[in-house]
Amino acid sequence: MATVELKDVRKTYGGRVEAVKGVSIDIPDGAMCVLVGPSGCGKSTLLRMIAGLEEITSGTVSIGGEVVNTRGPAERDIAMVFQNYALYPHMKVYDNMAYGLRNRGMAKDEIDRRVREAAATLGLAELLERRPRELSGGQRQRVAMGRAIVRSPKAFLFDEPLSNLDAKLRGQMRIEIKNLQRALGVTSVYVTHDQVEAMTLADTLVVMNGGIAEQIDTPMAIYEKPASIFVAGFIGSPAMNLLAAHGAEQGKGLTLASGGAIKPRDLAAPEAGRQVLLGVRPEHLTLVSDSKNADIEMKVTAVETLGADTLAHGRPVAGDARGGELIARLPGSVRISEDDVLPLAIDAGAAHLFDAGTGKRI
Amino acid sequence: MSPRVTFPNKILPYALLLPQLVIVGIFFYWPASQALYQSVLREDPFGLRSTFVGLANFRRVLNDPNYLNAVQNTAVFSVAVAFLAMAVALLLAVMADKIIKGKGFYRTMLIWPYAVAPAIAGMVWLFMFNPTMGTFAFMLRSSGYAWDPLLKGDQAMLLVIVAAAWKQISYNFLFFVAGLQAIPKTLIEAAAIDGAGETKRFWTIVFPLLAPITFFLLVINTTYAFFDTFGIIHAVTGGGPGKATETLVYKVYHDGFVNLILGDSAAQSVILMVIVIALTAIQFRYVEKKVHYG
Repeated sequence: MATVELKDVRKTYGGRVEAVKGVSIDIPDGAMCVLVGPSGCGKSTLLRMIAGLEEITSGTVSIGGEVVNTRGPAERDIAMVFQNYALYPHMKVYDNMAYGLRNRGMAKDEIDRRVREAAATLGLAELLERRPRELSGGQRQRVAMGRAIVRSPKAFLFDEPLSNLDAKLRGQMRIEIKNLQRALGVTSVYVTHDQVEAMTLADTLVVMNGGIAEQIDTPMAIYEKPASIFVAGFIGSPAMNLLAAHGAEQGKGLTLASGGAIKPRDLAAPEAGRQVLLGVRPEHLTLVSDSKNADIEMKVTAVETLGADTLAHGRPVAGDARGGELIARLPGSVRISEDDVLPLAIDAGAAHLFDAGTGKRI
Repeated sequence: MSPRVTFPNKILPYALLLPQLVIVGIFFYWPASQALYQSVLREDPFGLRSTFVGLANFRRVLNDPNYLNAVQNTAVFSVAVAFLAMAVALLLAVMADKIIKGKGFYRTMLIWPYAVAPAIAGMVWLFMFNPTMGTFAFMLRSSGYAWDPLLKGDQAMLLVIVAAAWKQISYNFLFFVAGLQAIPKTLIEAAAIDGAGETKRFWTIVFPLLAPITFFLLVINTTYAFFDTFGIIHAVTGGGPGKATETLVYKVYHDGFVNLILGDSAAQSVILMVIVIALTAIQFRYVEKKVHYG
């Protein structure tokens, strides 16, 4: 068990393509750090650099306080769980788990003890004599986990380990991984593009975009105070609504491009005339009785009834939202249909302001 | 299991199979049955009459010391050719898998020898190692080695083995390269994280995963060494010196078409057929058990 520290880590391919452009993360001992972002954002490259599978162009990676830049993957004392599990197809489950221990010259009875212990923890005791192809997806995933935990490494690295599973199993394995990681207290780095996984698993969440870490914080802090339009749009489902607006005259708050004024509480109003984007999560739009009390009116174009909630997709009646789309998460009891015009109030306390030019939070 | 295709027309399926059946019939079953038939006959020297002699041809062939010599030569030759061709091809394939720049060029160059006809391949090696004019023969001799495959049987054997293996390396290389590419990179990475060095990774992960291909090539290479090397032997040594490189298939040709002892030759080809069928069956029965397909 150990801390993992990245200092200004960069990766350049062939002197031209910059995949990772200077990322610094401190992961405390025993914490779960999740790297999340769209494909091509550099999250997997970063993970592979921690594992030693990719060379580090510049910057340092430290595990347990020691810089490991020049060490091979075997000498870093880490274990990795791959997206396709990477189980050795010609070996039985037992040998898959024992392989890493045998390579390190561990005594036979110690290997046996560890493998059986890990198998019992993961519910694999009955399957030790099977080969990977005789296992279901969830079982293979467990074997991959087992191969990691028998080694008692300094850190676990997960590379989208749940993407190959179906939705139900994914939810189940997510909880298992979380419980296991907490129980073992092993520092972990977890890469995913699934924001639900990111939110639920992370102690520290790193939102990556275009090779940089846009924001590093706890999941709730990122949800409540996204640092940029990108983070605001990426974390939270459905994505945050972004409404074009500009600063009204002194002390009057904001004028929406769709008409109407709003004065968000707890937010410093921008200077008059400054172009901004007002971010409002779908769950912070509420249906009000009539248009007089509404901050914005929305014409419904599609309705998704989820049971507990109803998602109303639509466009502002006047003016423009970014991308022209608005989504409101309404209680499931509300009955609406297409072409309805909904008067909506913005929960001003939960609104976010971003500079329209830089995309940064104001 | 996919459901069986059912044809509404009773004749169509047979019509579709017909071209294949005709080809196999004309080029395999008919000559094979002729060989079987000939092997129990004795032909007079002028080819005018043949007499049924039962198993006499077989008896004579199996008691012929020259035949036993050919069996021994074939065993040495086949094992050496199959092993050499596969080992070198695997080595080259592993190295070709590693390089990044010029991969395509390198592979093309290695696949080319396969396009060379066996007799030409034999001639190339003959020119290089011929004691009177061969460049390498000259180099060997000037370094003090008594190189003379025209007189020394073991050197002649070595020469045909190398020439035959060389010809087959390209084919094996192609399959090994494809096999190596089919191994997921993450498996190798997982093994690296699991603390296996490069050599260990090869023998514990890569080689076992190549087993289906190695097995397939073993069957193909054995058959190749038994039958398809006729041209190379014919061009390089002609079975000599003193029958030192005469393999079973070469003896079939020599006895049948040079000495015109058709009955003996037919009996030999029947025996050869039985040997190859038996070998292939043994390979499937015992070696394949150790092979894991995915």
